[in-house]
Amino acid sequence: MSTIYDHGAPGRQAVALPQLGKVEQGLLGAIPADLRRRDGPRLPEVSQPELVRHYTALSRMNYGVDTGFYPLGSCTMKHNPKLHEDLARLPGFADLHPLLPPEACQGALALLWETAEHLKGITGMPGITLQPAAGAHGELTGMFLIKRWLEDRGELGRRTKILLPDSAHGTNPASAAMVGFTVVSIPSDRRGMVNLDALRGALGSDVAGIMLTVPNTLGIFEEDIVTITDLVHDAGGLCYFDGANLNAYLGRARPGDMGADVFHINLHKTFSTPHGGGGPGAGPVTVSEVLVPYLPVPEIARKGETYHLDWDRPKSIGRVHPYFGNVLVIVKALAYILSLGDEGMRAVSGGAVLAANYLKAKLKGAYKLPYDQLAKHEFVLSGEGMGNGVRTLDVAKRLIDYGFHPPTIYFPLIVKEALMIEPTETEPRETLDTFAEALLSIAAEAREHPELLREAPHETPVRRLDEARAVREPRLKLDF
Amino acid sequence: MLIPKELKYTKDHEWVRLEGDKAWVGITDHAQKQLGDIVFVELPPAGKVVQQRDLVASVESVKAVGEVGAPLSGEVLEANAALSGSPDLVNKDPHGQGWLFTMRISTPTEAGALLDAAAYEAFVASGG
Amino acid sequence: MNPYLPHTPSDIRSMLDTIGVSDVEALFSDIPAEVQGWNRPLGLAPHDDLAVHQHLTGLAERSTGRGLIPFLGGGLYDHFIPSVVGHILSRSEFFTAYTPYQPEVSQGTLTWMFEYQTMICELTGMEVANASMYDGATALAEAVLMAHRTTRGKVVLVPSSLHPRLREVLATYAWGAGLALRDVPYTEAGRLALDGVPDGTCALIVQQPNGFGILEDLTGLKDCLRKTFLIAYANPIPLAVIEPPGSFGADVVVGEGQPLGNPLSFGGPLLGFFATRMDHLRRMPGRVSGQTRDVDGKTGYVMTFQTREQHIRREGATSNICTNSALCALAATVYLAALGPDGLRRVALLSWEKAHALAERLADLPGYDVAFDGPFFHEFIVRCNDPEAAVGRLRRAGIAVLPPSFLHPLGVHDGFIVAVTEKRTPEELDRFVVALEGK
Repeated sequence: MSTIYDHGAPGRQAVALPQLGKVEQGLLGAIPADLRRRDGPRLPEVSQPELVRHYTALSRMNYGVDTGFYPLGSCTMKHNPKLHEDLARLPGFADLHPLLPPEACQGALALLWETAEHLKGITGMPGITLQPAAGAHGELTGMFLIKRWLEDRGELGRRTKILLPDSAHGTNPASAAMVGFTVVSIPSDRRGMVNLDALRGALGSDVAGIMLTVPNTLGIFEEDIVTITDLVHDAGGLCYFDGANLNAYLGRARPGDMGADVFHINLHKTFSTPHGGGGPGAGPVTVSEVLVPYLPVPEIARKGETYHLDWDRPKSIGRVHPYFGNVLVIVKALAYILSLGDEGMRAVSGGAVLAANYLKAKLKGAYKLPYDQLAKHEFVLSGEGMGNGVRTLDVAKRLIDYGFHPPTIYFPLIVKEALMIEPTETEPRETLDTFAEALLSIAAEAREHPELLREAPHETPVRRLDEARAVREPRLKLDF
Repeated sequence: MLIPKELKYTKDHEWVRLEGDKAWVGITDHAQKQLGDIVFVELPPAGKVVQQRDLVASVESVKAVGEVGAPLSGEVLEANAALSGSPDLVNKDPHGQGWLFTMRISTPTEAGALLDAAAYEAFVASGG
Repeated sequence: MNPYLPHTPSDIRSMLDTIGVSDVEALFSDIPAEVQGWNRPLGLAPHDDLAVHQHLTGLAERSTGRGLIPFLGGGLYDHFIPSVVGHILSRSEFFTAYTPYQPEVSQGTLTWMFEYQTMICELTGMEVANASMYDGATALAEAVLMAHRTTRGKVVLVPSSLHPRLREVLATYAWGAGLALRDVPYTEAGRLALDGVPDGTCALIVQQPNGFGILEDLTGLKDCLRKTFLIAYANPIPLAVIEPPGSFGADVVVGEGQPLGNPLSFGGPLLGFFATRMDHLRRMPGRVSGQTRDVDGKTGYVMTFQTREQHIRREGATSNICTNSALCALAATVYLAALGPDGLRRVALLSWEKAHALAERLADLPGYDVAFDGPFFHEFIVRCNDPEAAVGRLRRAGIAVLPPSFLHPLGVHDGFIVAVTEKRTPEELDRFVVALEGK
């Protein structure tokens, strides 16, 4: 596996830059001696063809949604519309400096305002900030908001606990901890839902709130959702909803109606913006009336046809982003909302839930299904008891041989050997069929030829990697 | 699975070897198997005074972290320096060279509540 | 039919039959009926592709600011982006992938992450870098939280000259974690004037160059701090020509990576870079790619030291970060590889040269002066009696600078700040001078 440093030769460059004027080329004489860099930085020296070939070669060792089916549970790897990429590159968005005065960036402010209005409507919540750059950033913003609310009510020292179902994403407890809350885990019941008795037992005057994922990470909708939020509110706490799974009920139900006080939206999941190899995403946060006074500043406001920035929010938590948030991601989300309209949004959740239940029906005979409820947009199988020592990891790696990206594995933590499958609505039925056949065939292989699974994948640029060695002998950059 | 008869155990899958008021502490063979390849061990400094069940050490594999509580109250005497270079000793010899730390115990009565090998074996068998 | 929704009525029929329900609505019977009944549609009709294109293009064209010649800085800078960067980023195998959880099908991402980590360490003079944070501001805030976790101190020393947006984001995070920010004044040269390190200080922040554009002298700072963290917030471009913070014992170097091949994007997405020392590795936030071998002994890359991260350590994690700014980090990697050491130095020196040429000409104008005597890089403050009027004259000449109010939080009320990159032409510099010259 070569790196870019393995290519090129001293003196090569992949771009032609202007000559220097007074400052003599290549010399640092203009820089005061006490500041001047003594040596380095050591950067690659490659011509343009070498550069392009290297990164094209790297790209071919990757698997994206454009490559094939990517049923990574919890991540909503749906198709990324091509039109949106062109729109995000429009100079009126991409080349605009965020510190221009509002009168010079009316179009960009209009973009933000329109998107904000749509997201408020979709979630049924009256307040919003577009600043958070990712889902976890939205969670943190939500925790800041709850902390400020408690501070304002004089309850900060008293309400110190955040309740979390044991099926929660790891970002939830991590976000709560960053704001100094203590995390209390609430067990799930046999249906995979929040155990109401346990919840009642945990609620009290020391509880700041609850963080719920709806539907939960098993892909199951909390049937008691209204009871849960009522219980928390009655106990004086607030309800945070993790919106990672909004794709399950887009256009059909609204977190605001279910009792959410804070909700983050992963635009890179539900609203089809690409994941970029790990980011950037965007995590706008909508809030109920009670939290509106604490939202980050500035608010993007409209008067007539003119947009301005409103700083008049004396109780605000302040900023969580230096500018407006991930605007180019927001461009793509607005394009997607417009393209779908109301009926399209219902069709998205309908298609996502249909695809998940279809795959579940096809696979449940061959794999253990620990929670056999109606699925929403995803479902969780278990690779336990496949025989011959075969584990979920082996199933996942064997799927690569069949040309698929593996599902999320070993999450949620409450299912042993979990395989979490989220097909999304953008996969044709034929793809779902081929994927189901692959998993059924792998289940048979596990019985008859387990070595095929244990040694998988077979055709990838590298095979299974020694992760223990990567920690015991860390090589986290090139040694020169 | 190795469960040496001469050791005492906790329900958190730690073992204790008592010699007078000195105790050697480690994680059990069962625990190291659950974690997989151990790649890092974080140990308490000598002199640290701990209460029973205080979290004092952690044992990490690539994808999991095992927190280790003090099985008894007392003062940490020595951490096993060999583990910083060879954390895999915990895999290879969990009850011997893979010991984590020693301590001088302050409340000998606590030791009475530790499990013996048979009780620990039954606890593991019951899915604990 | 919507182009992103492939299921035909007959597909839906056959899928429902397999599931054993009569219609799609039956799949939503678990959502309480009253909750579904409360739903209100937006009243939004579906738009065809042409209508979507026209609407968004219309919005893009409404922002008149793009027609102005930008002398705008304040943390984000208008540098030239070679075409090759956009072309590599357009490889959908990169941009439609997610976090490289399955290394066998993610060697592309994991390899460039390793390259990026190498390049960031080279620029900053540090030993280890993560694979990106959201932006420079949150990278700085995370560095402070890391200093607090390591030293347990609750006081953060913050230069009064720190870029105001960085300070605002930091203030939110610090309040959330129960930390106190304490101001460090600046000298007449506009440089940091450290006058002691109070007990319980977890970190001193130094911005390089600072919010005035002035280059700080980091010599000896770490000696005053001992175990207290020295956190440098650096613009990566000048690091090509000035001694990096790593050489002065910085514990963490963070910054905004936008100038490295990323567009201004109306302020997002951005790229937070984060580098530290190997001693601090286990307290570092964010993902890291590491080199190892596969079962056949072949070199490959994996995400490593994951026990620091939220998906394993949950409330004990070093940060809650999951999604980061990977694609922007890829842009930075390709940008740095395309320019090479000579190209990056040239961008830095061209920006330096043009900024200094403009500053000298402005200082010669009656009524205008360059604030502060300290050495600056490519951004400087022009002092004058009526900054609003001066900015208005520039605006009428088709030139954009930051509003003077940007400097008010820094205690500067008699000036405005100007940034110059290699992209500004001699004609544009002339136009700037002429706009302020006439009466």
